[in-house]
Amino acid sequence: MNAPIPSRVLNQHLIDPEICIRCNTCEETCPIDAITHDANNYVVDPGICNHCMACVPPCPTGAIDNWLKVLSDQAYSMQDQFGWDVLPAAQDIPDGMAGGETPADPQAEEAVQADALDEISPLEGMPSTAAGSSIPPWSAAHPYVNLYTHKNPVTATVVGNYRVTGDDTESDIRHIVLDFGTTSFPVLEGQSIAIFPPGTDGAGRPHHARQYSIASPRDGERPRYNNLSLTVKRVTTDYDGKDAAGVCSNYLCDLKKNDTVKIIGPFGNTFLMPNQADANIIMICTGTGSAPMRAMTERCRRLLKEDAFKGRLMLFFGARTERELPYFGPLMNLPKDFIDINLALSREQGRPKRYVQDLIRERAADVLPLLESESTCIYVCGLKGMEDGVLQALEAVVSDAGRPWAELHAQLKSQGRLHFETY
Amino acid sequence: MSGINYSEKIPNNVNLSGDRALQRALEHWQPNYLQWWQEMGPEAAQNFDVYLRTAVSVQPDGWAHFDHVKMPDYRWGIFLAPQDGSRKIHFGENIGRDVWQDAPGEHRANLRRIIVTQGDTEPASVEQQRHLGLTAPSQYDLRNLFQVNVEEGRHLWAMVYLLHRYFGRDGREEADALLQRNSGDEDSPRILGAFNEKTPDWLAFYMFTYFTDRDGKFQLCALAESSFDPLARTTKFMLTEEAHHMFVGESGVSRVLQRTAEVMNQLKTEDPAALRAAGVIDLPTIQRYLNFHYSVTIDLFGADQSSNAAIFYSSGLKGRYEEGKRTDDHVLKNDTYRVLEVVNGQLREIEVPMLNALNEVLRDDFIKDSMAGVGRWNKVLEKNGIAFRLQVPHKAFNRRIGTLAGIRVSPEGTVLSEEQWKAHEHEWLPTPEDRAFVASLMGRVVEPGKFANWIAPPVIGVNRQPINFEYIRFN
Ligand SMILES: Cc1cc2nc3c(=O)[nH]c(=O)nc-3n(C[C@H](O)[C@H](O)[C@H](O)COP(=O)(O)OP(=O)(O)OC[C@H]3O[C@@H](n4cnc5c(N)ncnc54)[C@H](O)[C@@H]3O)c2cc1C
Ligand code: SF4
Ligand code: SF4
Repeated sequence: MNAPIPSRVLNQHLIDPEICIRCNTCEETCPIDAITHDANNYVVDPGICNHCMACVPPCPTGAIDNWLKVLSDQAYSMQDQFGWDVLPAAQDIPDGMAGGETPADPQAEEAVQADALDEISPLEGMPSTAAGSSIPPWSAAHPYVNLYTHKNPVTATVVGNYRVTGDDTESDIRHIVLDFGTTSFPVLEGQSIAIFPPGTDGAGRPHHARQYSIASPRDGERPRYNNLSLTVKRVTTDYDGKDAAGVCSNYLCDLKKNDTVKIIGPFGNTFLMPNQADANIIMICTGTGSAPMRAMTERCRRLLKEDAFKGRLMLFFGARTERELPYFGPLMNLPKDFIDINLALSREQGRPKRYVQDLIRERAADVLPLLESESTCIYVCGLKGMEDGVLQALEAVVSDAGRPWAELHAQLKSQGRLHFETY
Repeated sequence: MSGINYSEKIPNNVNLSGDRALQRALEHWQPNYLQWWQEMGPEAAQNFDVYLRTAVSVQPDGWAHFDHVKMPDYRWGIFLAPQDGSRKIHFGENIGRDVWQDAPGEHRANLRRIIVTQGDTEPASVEQQRHLGLTAPSQYDLRNLFQVNVEEGRHLWAMVYLLHRYFGRDGREEADALLQRNSGDEDSPRILGAFNEKTPDWLAFYMFTYFTDRDGKFQLCALAESSFDPLARTTKFMLTEEAHHMFVGESGVSRVLQRTAEVMNQLKTEDPAALRAAGVIDLPTIQRYLNFHYSVTIDLFGADQSSNAAIFYSSGLKGRYEEGKRTDDHVLKNDTYRVLEVVNGQLREIEVPMLNALNEVLRDDFIKDSMAGVGRWNKVLEKNGIAFRLQVPHKAFNRRIGTLAGIRVSPEGTVLSEEQWKAHEHEWLPTPEDRAFVASLMGRVVEPGKFANWIAPPVIGVNRQPINFEYIRFN
């Protein structure tokens, strides 16, 4: 699966009614209640399931491990699924849209996982990760996942909420600090949590939880306090630019100190930073995709103080203008020999538009040796649209130097060195 | 946090080492358990490496860990689902109060009785299945049998932990007694009838795991609602394991049907004699096995009217199946339920107070669930173009407990005289000839990927391993 996944094919999570014995284990296990049943079948709600895989190991039959490629506007509704006696055959996916093989090989668990995380753009809380690795770097610390679920969420208290983009800009991005009191909530850089906005949707159902990447390092925004931070952008338009007030982001951006929020997580077990002292990290992000990059950078900065980090950091960061770039000030204060910062500004007055992929190409001479070093991991986070561009830029850097990209790409993936998380 | 500590003698996630007296008591019980396993566990299987599932944590990502394990070295332990600090009692007279972390004095005797009864069934099925290893139709099936056995063994541990931890000396004595009773033993049989029946062949085993382990599911679901939180958490985790047992039964019978249907189509015959000659089990025989196991199992739910059931519910000890999902008042004082009785040779329904009928409520939930599965079996026949359909017999058929005990009723629900019953019994329940025939098919098949002639291979392997995977390494 070298090509990025086109956005209109999704991998729908389905239960095979011929194999399922209706034991209820999956419904009991799913942390966000995406599974339900009627007298006939157990089914997965495509509007809720975030492909976290929690239900897969406990299913005694394997019936639940089915992922069918469908066009996003032809996803099977719960009503469809309730009526099934057998799983439907694969849909005809138009040429050039098929996002890789349907996982038929029973041993391709790894591939199934990666595939399962393919783009499902109309759905909530679904990061796209398939273009990269489905395993973490070898030296990553072991993450805790799904400690708190829909059935036992935790409550955190807001201890800070301030704007990190220029006051006069359109984009309102906030740095929000949450305190967990005495509740244990262990996290690693690169993981995310999900937040339940209060209230109900149009159909009267409670809102789904939205995911947010953690912007602070593992020992907390404030070291050794039980807290973490998020970088949240207020959503005021939909993807097409039409006015639309995002439910959760507006709720979060408007929180006051001492307000409480309902949280589940942590999530994510692959987008994790390497832990060996000589690791290099290339970070490529736009907007709030900077959250995990901030976490990793800050982790390295703290390690550096103890002389425990000897690698190189290289950052490609895209925004419209300097003032719309979250954390611009603090970022600029970091020592140049610690982090190599490349800002791609697309709307700066009097300057040509530049995107992260342009900068990656420009810096090919420095990027190439890093890519080829086995101590380097690459992280891409931000808007879904950046995936293709970044992959093409990386490919160009490698092929222009006369090296086989396909081979290196495969290696990066199998070694857990290339990670995507776009939304 | 949620991990299970395997470095301890008794793996657990209940911080056993923090309670030295309890730890010592359980370590004292352990050798007796291992002795029991040696004597009553799977016959002649002590040295095999079996591809078993073991829990390394009770969280979704940790509890299904697969590896080859030597059977007697399987590490039985004590695993409870995580505690939910805010759980409230949600049925009965104490509704709305905090759940109990200890057994309240006034409910001690009843709780102990519930736990002992549940605990007694766990080793019983291991005892009943003891000889089956010698006649497994494939490595895959043998592995499943062993998986079921080790988990039944672990379920015994689950109950024994509760007895030791919460019921003092009485609890310890009851825990010892669990190992002294044996299935089918004349002097000290198991408490419940179905657990003293033999499981002589693999068709019986599949029927048992389909029906009788489903009884387990419903009982455990009812206990998972309990106000006694340790019991609720224990049974919650047991349920994840129980699901596999039902799977073995459901898919086992499915595969028998699949194979029979194939041969029926090949030979273009429905004649039981011809099919038997071809080495597969004819459908009427399967129906008779079904009738037997179904009727014996629904007896396990107890008498149709029971004041104990009312007490257990009102005092919050044992809820209903999916109690939390029901929308009534969860006290049930003013509700009624319909149960069967026989008047003038006719079956009819009468209304009784719901609280007294809770055994019947649970039995009816079980019946609904079982029938749905039988419907899935029939799909196999349907797909193969075969007209025969399996059916569950009438609720009053072949009952030995409650109002219907001893009353002769046909599978269709007609009340019969003793003579009428005698004249047809052989059509409805497995005859000695049926059993002898099924027994004659039982021979050991252990080559990887090979299956006995009377059963089809499964659709997928365990943990998505290939069908010809070496599920067992015979050493
Ligand atoms: C793994 C992961 C990590 C994430 N990390 C962060 C993070 O660190 N910071 C952050 O701010 N967000 C992050 N998100 C996105 C976040 O989960 C929400 O999708 C986002 O805040 C919008 O939610 P909402 O409830 O405000 O909007 P909704 O009410 O769900 O949507 C309102 C409208 O806005 C559109 N929309 C939704 N998201 C966006 C968007 N990002 N840009 C433009 N239009 C959008 C929707 O299609 C819809 O039409 C992450 C998502 C994932 C999957
Ligand atoms: S993958 Fe996760 S969210 Fe989806 S149904 Fe399974 S447990 Fe629920
Ligand atoms: S856990 Fe598996 S077998 Fe059980 S109900 Fe869910 S999909 Fe079906």
